[in-house]
Amino acid sequence: MSAISLAARQDQDRVYARLAAIAARTRQLAIAGIYRAGSGHPGGALSAADLLAVLYGAELNIPGGTADDPARDRFVLSKGHAAPALYAVWAAMGYVADAVPLALRRIGTASQGHPHVLDLPLSETSTGSLGQGFSVAIGMALGLRHQYVAARVYAMLGDGECQEGEVWEGAMCAAHHGLSNLCAIIDYNKLQSDDRNANIMGLEPFAAKWRAFGWHAIEIDGHDRAAILAALAEAAATHDRPTIVIAHTIKGKGVSYMEDRPLWHGSVKMKPDETRQALAELGATETDIATWMA
Amino acid sequence: MSAPSLIAASGDSLREAFGKALATLAETRERLVALDADIAGGTGLHHFRKAHPSRFFQFGIAEQNMMAVAGGMAATGLIPVVTTFAVFCLRAVEQARLSIAYAKRNVKIVASHPGLDVGPDGGSAQALEDLAAFRAIPGMTVLSPADPHEMALATQAAVDFDGPVYMRTGRSPACSVYANGHVFRIGKGHILRDGHDVTLIACGVEVARALEAAKLLAAENISARVVNMATIKPIDADLVARCAEETGAIVTAEDHNTIGGLGGAVAEALVRARPCPVEFVGLEDVFGESGEPDELAEKYRLTAPHIAAAAKRALKRKRHG
Repeated sequence: MSAISLAARQDQDRVYARLAAIAARTRQLAIAGIYRAGSGHPGGALSAADLLAVLYGAELNIPGGTADDPARDRFVLSKGHAAPALYAVWAAMGYVADAVPLALRRIGTASQGHPHVLDLPLSETSTGSLGQGFSVAIGMALGLRHQYVAARVYAMLGDGECQEGEVWEGAMCAAHHGLSNLCAIIDYNKLQSDDRNANIMGLEPFAAKWRAFGWHAIEIDGHDRAAILAALAEAAATHDRPTIVIAHTIKGKGVSYMEDRPLWHGSVKMKPDETRQALAELGATETDIATWMA
Repeated sequence: MSAPSLIAASGDSLREAFGKALATLAETRERLVALDADIAGGTGLHHFRKAHPSRFFQFGIAEQNMMAVAGGMAATGLIPVVTTFAVFCLRAVEQARLSIAYAKRNVKIVASHPGLDVGPDGGSAQALEDLAAFRAIPGMTVLSPADPHEMALATQAAVDFDGPVYMRTGRSPACSVYANGHVFRIGKGHILRDGHDVTLIACGVEVARALEAAKLLAAENISARVVNMATIKPIDADLVARCAEETGAIVTAEDHNTIGGLGGAVAEALVRARPCPVEFVGLEDVFGESGEPDELAEKYRLTAPHIAAAAKRALKRKRHG
């Protein structure tokens, strides 16, 4: 191995170590917030954490970590019930204080149960009713292109969310308008509120549907941070159509008793012993666990 | 005020007046863009498409996506004007709620083909619930101008207003109520004809009919005030209370269900300030059907004689306290 490639490898290792740290912190703060709130959706927050960590940690250009720059990239969490992870990744990035994810769902705070742009401008829009954030992201992509702003727009959708008709209206629309500045990411954890997607309303052949609608579709392991980075780079290099990244994920990823179990999709009240175990498995320090659970 | 006159040419419908006004306004408002769902020819937006093709965006027959897209375009600093038929705005109420009103986006929703004025397309196409639905959304301003002249003024007021607006236009040839010189202000009703026995408060196509009703009543020595309440929300509560104080009886008239629209807004304002007898002219919680607009207006009791009859009922209640 040459010296140059060794240096490059070391740089790459540092990048991945940083992204791993952001992802871990995101998961920890999301779970802590849900525990303190006494409600919230842990499964879909944990499945999305690696995607969020790579997006915010390596892809999105958000000068100053605020929503002030008109030329910033936009990220819309269309699956708004993963708000605990969104607030947590912002805290992990240092964009907001830890108090934001930790105040989740509390009255009088900005940390609404689903992202609200008037309370937390980095939300970019208000979401929670499935399908809408995707359309809003399409509108942002159209609006930015119309004004010759080179920023990119990203939207994260849930898999169950793609049962909404509005998603397919939007899929047709973004392809028709050739919105190559738009990248949608599906957190494909295979579970929704009541059961597996396949038992509620099957989505497969999923990638084929998006391709038939005129999108560039990429399928990846949504916990493989190198694969996520590569997919986002491929999306940015696609100049004639929007890109969909279908990220295969595991619901509840990182907490042994939650992984791939539908009951952790919904809004749950986490017990102290469950929370302690979850935070420990996610690598939280004893100090953090004690502070957050106090 | 001269008697309302029916403008014969279909080119003088409220939708056409809106479309022409918007195209003109866009000449000096760079941020204005317009969104269509395959009915620009019907909404008046074809004028804008012709004048400003690069600012005209097509979404196909997919109103839910279009409505939320408008929220996203507004988030980038544009002023989107979303147009479709009123009944299809109902299809996208929730998108208007979350992605426009809750996010406080500067989007104008302009709905053509409201109420029985739609005519032969029938009950499925006649939106009689839109004022109620959009009025119930926090922060949503709701307008229903009376004639082409006012429509042009209201279009400018809506576009220059900072916040979400829902505005009804109309399909049929419109009656002319205003001469040049009318001043339109969001949130302000306008007394078109003064009177002291009863007040007729109307919006949209019913304003011209209310003026006719006032003439019918005058022939029976009943002095009816006529108010054009082109802003349904925020309702001009001060004017409503003043009319109750000064005339003691009120009739509301709208091409809409009597539940939740103009009648509801006026009644709510009255019970808060100064209750008085109120009669409601509108659809009595039923759907419409196919027919010409004038035939439907007669069958569903929206015409001047029915407004006059309602005024007499209100007067009778006033006198019997």
